[in-house]
Amino acid sequence: MTTQPIAAPRPAPRRRTRTGAGADLAEFAGAAVTSFAITWLIFARLMPFTVQAVGFAVCWYGLFLLAYWLITRDGHGPVIAADRVMGVLITTGALAAVTPILGVIGYVIYKGAPVLRLNFFTETLAVTGPLSAATEGGAMHSIIGTLEQLGVATLISVPLGVLTAVYLNEVRGPLTRPTRLVADAMTALPSIVAGLFVYSILILQFGWGFSGFAGSLALAVLMLPTVTITAEQVLRVVPGGLREASLALGAPQWRTVLMVVLPTARAGLSTAVILGMARVVGETAPMILTAFGSSTLNANVFSGQQDDLPLFVYNQVSSSQDTQVQRAWAGALVLLALVLVLFVLARLLGRPRTARVRRPAPKPATEPAAKPRQERTPR
Amino acid sequence: MTTEASTPTTPAPAAAEGGTLRAERVSAWFGTRKVLEDVNLEMGAGAVTALIGPSGCGKSTFLRTLNRMHEIIPGASLAGSVLLDGDDIYGGTLRVTQVRRRVGMVFQKPNPFPAMSIADNVAAGLRLTGTRATDRDGLIEDSLRRAGLWNEVRNRLRAPAGGLSGGQQQRLCIARSLTVRPEVLLMDEPCSALDPTSTRRIEETIGELRSQVTIIIVTHNMQQAQRVSQRCAFFLAAEDQPGRVVESGPTERLFGDPEDPRTADYVHGRFG
Repeated sequence: MTTQPIAAPRPAPRRRTRTGAGADLAEFAGAAVTSFAITWLIFARLMPFTVQAVGFAVCWYGLFLLAYWLITRDGHGPVIAADRVMGVLITTGALAAVTPILGVIGYVIYKGAPVLRLNFFTETLAVTGPLSAATEGGAMHSIIGTLEQLGVATLISVPLGVLTAVYLNEVRGPLTRPTRLVADAMTALPSIVAGLFVYSILILQFGWGFSGFAGSLALAVLMLPTVTITAEQVLRVVPGGLREASLALGAPQWRTVLMVVLPTARAGLSTAVILGMARVVGETAPMILTAFGSSTLNANVFSGQQDDLPLFVYNQVSSSQDTQVQRAWAGALVLLALVLVLFVLARLLGRPRTARVRRPAPKPATEPAAKPRQERTPR
Repeated sequence: MTTEASTPTTPAPAAAEGGTLRAERVSAWFGTRKVLEDVNLEMGAGAVTALIGPSGCGKSTFLRTLNRMHEIIPGASLAGSVLLDGDDIYGGTLRVTQVRRRVGMVFQKPNPFPAMSIADNVAAGLRLTGTRATDRDGLIEDSLRRAGLWNEVRNRLRAPAGGLSGGQQQRLCIARSLTVRPEVLLMDEPCSALDPTSTRRIEETIGELRSQVTIIIVTHNMQQAQRVSQRCAFFLAAEDQPGRVVESGPTERLFGDPEDPRTADYVHGRFG
C-alpha cells in the first residue's frame, strides 16, 4: 500500500448495490406506527371491554401486514408489495421457531446460573440435606456418571453403527433393505422402551442389579440408529471413483473400506458419533429403570446405582424444597452446556476438509506472487 | 535436474516390459441390455493401443472388462474370455485382486485419495494390497519420475493431494497405478477433464511409459489417438445395437487407409 506509485489511478468507489434501504425502512416503520395507532384506537376507544395483550398483538400484526401491503403497493406496485409481505411473514415464522429455543436456554441460564458455584463440580450430595442452602453440595457424582455412561454407550454403539453403515452402503447384502428399515424405525423408539428392555431382561431376569453400565446399554440401543443412519449418509457422499480407484489397484474390498472410504469420511463420521451422543445425553426415562440414580459418588460404572445429570435434575426438581429445585436448574444448565460443547465439536469436526487444508499454508503472503504459479506448471 | 535421466532406484526393467492382452469373443451386458458384442482384439506389449469411436459404442465397457472392473457394476455381466499372457483373467487360476494388480487403471476424472498426502497416494497401492516394500521412498520417487511428476512435487510430498492441479492429479493417479508394477495400464479418457497443456504432459508420459508397460487408452480425440498410439481399434454401435469392433490395426493404416467406409467417415470427422 505504502509503495504504490503516485500515478496509479484512484480505485473506483464501491457501489452500494442495495438501493433505497432508507426508504424501505421508513415504509416499514410507517406501517408499524399506522397499524399500532389503529389498533390502539380499536382497543382503547372503540371496544366496550378490555382485551388481553395477546389480542392486541395479534390485531396489531394483522393490521401491520395490511398497512404494509397497501403502502408498498402504492409506491412500488402489487408484485413488490406481495414480495415484502411474504418476506415479513417468513421472517416472523423464523423468529417464532427460534424464540422458544432461545427462551428455554435463557430461562435455564437465568434460573441455574445464580446457584452455580465451583463446588457444584467438585462436591456430591452425600452430606447435603433438605435444609442445606442451594449453593451447598454439588453434582460431581452426576457429571462423572454422565461422562462414564455416555463413554461406554459410545464405545458400544459407534463400532456397531459404523459397521452397520458399511454393510448398508458398501457390502450391500440381501439384508440391506430390512436393516435400513429397522434402523429408520428405531430412531423413533421411545426411550422408556429401551430402558424397560434392559430393565426386564438384564436387571430382573439376569439379576444384574442397577448399574451405570445397564444404563449405558439402554443409551447404546438409542444411539445406534442415529449413528448408523448418519454414518450411512456420510459414506454415501464418498465419491464412487475413489472406491473404483482402490479396487483397480488390486485392493480387496475390506482394505478399500478401511483405508480409503472410512478415512475419506472421517470428519463426517465424527459428526455422526457426536450427534449420537447428543441424542442420548439428556435421556432420563431409561436411566430411572437402569442406573437408578444416587446422591453419592460411584465411579464404578459396572456396579451399583449411579447418578447422571438428567437423573440429578429429575430427582432435585421433584423435591418439595426450593433449594433443591434451584439445584436442579444448575444441573440443567450444566447439561445444556455439555450438549452445546458436543454440538460445537460436531461442527468443528464436520467442517469440509478444504477449510482445514488451507491452514498450514501461510507462506504465500511473504513470497513473491509469481512463485506459486511457477511451481504449478514448470516448462 | 541432471539426475532426472538416470533413474537411480529403478531395478532391472526386465520384469516391467508389459504383458499381452488378448480379448476373445467378448460380449458385455448391463442387465438385459447388450452393449458389446463379439470383440476380438490383441493388445501387444510395447505398444499403445487406442480404442476410438463415438460415445456409447462400448469402448469404456470393453476397457473395464480387461481388468474385471466391469463386474463391480450391479447387473453387469459378460461372455468370452480375456487372456493376460495366455491366462484367462476370468478363469479360476487368477484371483480378481491379482488381475487388477497386473492390469492397472487410470480413470477419466482424476481421483487421488483426498485423505492421503501425495506420497501416501503414490504408495497407496502397496498398503491397499498388503505389500511390504523394503524401499518405500525409493519406490515413490521412481513412480513419480515415471509419471513425470517428481520435479513438481518433490518438495511437498507430505502435502494433501487435493492441492495439485487437475493435470498433476491425473499424473499422480498414473504414478499411483505404476507403484504396484502393473504389466498393463488401462486409461479411460485420461485427458478429457484436462486443459491442453496438461494433456500434452500426459501424452508425453504415455510415450515414456510405452517401453515399460502395455498401454490401452480410450479416447474421443482422434488427434490424440494418432499422436500416442501405434495400434488402434475402431468401435461402433448402430442404433439400438451393441457395440462392435469395426476395424483394428496399426494406427497409421487406420487413419491413412481405412478398409471400412465407416472408419474412414469417423476418422475424417464426418460423424461422431
